Amino acid sequence: MGVNEAELAQLIEPGRVHRRLYTDAAIFDLEMARIFGTAWIYVGHESQVKNPGDYFCTRIGRKPVIMVRGADGKVRVIHNQCAHRGAMVVALEQGNAPEFQCCYHGWTYHLDGRLKAVPLQHGYPREFDAADPKTSMRQVPRVESYRGFVFASEAPDGPDLAAALGYMATSLDDMVERAPDGEIEIAGGVFKHTYDGNWKLYFENLCDAAHPLFTHRSSIEAAQQQSDAAYSDGTGEIALRQMRQNGAPYSFWESQVGIWTYPNGHSFLGDYHDDSKLVAAMNDPVFRDYIAALEAKKGKARADEVLAVRRWNSIIYPNLSFMSGFQQLRVVHPIAVDRTVVHAYTFRLKGAPDRMFRNTVSFANTVNGTGSLVLTDDLEIYNRIGIGLSSEGTEWLQVGRGFTSDVPDAHGGRRGKNSTSEVYIRNMLDAWLAYMTNGRAARAAA
Amino acid sequence: MKRAALRDRRKRAPAPRRIKPAPLDVARCEQFLMHEARLLDDGRFDEWLALFTEDAWYWIPIEPEQKNPFDTVSLIYDDRRLLETRVRRLASPRIYSQEPRSRTSRIVGNVTLEEAPPDRTACTVRSKFMVLESRRDSQRLFGGTALHRLVQLDGNLRIAWKRVDLLNCNAPLDGILVPL
Repeated sequence: MGVNEAELAQLIEPGRVHRRLYTDAAIFDLEMARIFGTAWIYVGHESQVKNPGDYFCTRIGRKPVIMVRGADGKVRVIHNQCAHRGAMVVALEQGNAPEFQCCYHGWTYHLDGRLKAVPLQHGYPREFDAADPKTSMRQVPRVESYRGFVFASEAPDGPDLAAALGYMATSLDDMVERAPDGEIEIAGGVFKHTYDGNWKLYFENLCDAAHPLFTHRSSIEAAQQQSDAAYSDGTGEIALRQMRQNGAPYSFWESQVGIWTYPNGHSFLGDYHDDSKLVAAMNDPVFRDYIAALEAKKGKARADEVLAVRRWNSIIYPNLSFMSGFQQLRVVHPIAVDRTVVHAYTFRLKGAPDRMFRNTVSFANTVNGTGSLVLTDDLEIYNRIGIGLSSEGTEWLQVGRGFTSDVPDAHGGRRGKNSTSEVYIRNMLDAWLAYMTNGRAARAAA
Repeated sequence: MKRAALRDRRKRAPAPRRIKPAPLDVARCEQFLMHEARLLDDGRFDEWLALFTEDAWYWIPIEPEQKNPFDTVSLIYDDRRLLETRVRRLASPRIYSQEPRSRTSRIVGNVTLEEAPPDRTACTVRSKFMVLESRRDSQRLFGGTALHRLVQLDGNLRIAWKRVDLLNCNAPLDGILVPL
């Protein structure tokens, strides 16, 4: 079943969205071409490929690609596919290689994807030209790094990364600026979660301030009832503090937190933490050495500015989310219309005390862990939406919370009157429609 | 005040009989592991928790041969305090990710005794396990190697720590709710 542009525009209405966005395989295929095939997609972080020959395998949409640092020091993204018979060339998730060699017939490639050598070359037709780009592992045409975060776009032309990020670059800045040495690195392994539901559901939950009190009540209550007299090596303490914070009352979410959205589907939710062991700015003993290091490197005034930024989840549409204040980052991999895999990473702030990273790991286990007491209930929600959508009971899904009260933001975006506005979902849907119709259709104005 | 109350209770209670811990052998450890597996299969999580010592930890690494739970994330890493919270949550009627409940069926085998002091009153027990988990419409199979540090307290075997190395620890997984 094909989908035409007029039809696409009819699937999004003020305050509601048609369920086909989450269930229709033809729409999913189109998303892979028009969103993941054109937008700036987060690929990886430069710290994953520090040295020439270092590579990291991931996907752009469904396409397997390799992020690799060339002999010239430049980071490129190339398709993980041999130009001969189409086999995947690099089989390990990451490593270091002087060149890439296909295990099928030995075609060998430079780190930038150009063909280097072909065994039995005399057997190919006279026109066969090893220098022809058609015999390369194809490069993704545009690759740009913003402060170490590597993005790639399959569109040969279009807005550059800075333009696409717009004001949301400030969330990536927040991620980096918190490092006393001004540099961060991916460390501490990766979680890989999977659920039977559409990829958009994941983002639609990330900045949802109205769900924790309900969805996460089992962990909130269990944490509230937990005696702190029981032994902890520090891990459980961090976990419990975070779970208790999830119990912040609706009145707090409504009055204190805030939600901001920007063009191209990006957004961030304000931070809701007031626990001194979780928020660096609150100057708990564990953070004191860190703050001292930050002040030593940046000066007190700048350090204060850095620590004053309070953001919880940031979303860089369509595949990246991170918690800049907590050194967490997630990459969403759409697998099928009803299947998604999410990779969750932790970052080390260079120049910060080791103890802080240990807390980052405990925090990751709590908010991003496959066996977490919190995330497991989010995964259940995605699975239940997946099942629920197979019902034809409700044709339109409601995303109208806050619709009439959203206000313009000083930096060219829109923000919710309070943090429980679903403005960030509507904002993603606007971007969705623009990508899907090449900018030709926009949601009807309110 | 708590401490004083404890002291009073100690005064009144008859002195516990001093039981010299017997050396551990494979048969007893295997029986213990089977008992633990049964508690988990039966959903008797409070009793399972009671098998652990007061400063125990329970760990499912996310990487094969992961060195520690502090420099790298883990599928699960619970100190005693968090393990208590995990078990309390499992009993909650509002644990939506266990509605419906998982049912599990486990097999424990290939039990060997590894590190132990010369008198073998404690030891690290290595075993292989397979856990079938059924929930809603799907069934999952978990398998791997478990290490239990078993100690004896008042004649009873207790778990000082447990490490579960899942064969597919680094693969994409849906949530893990029932302990392995």
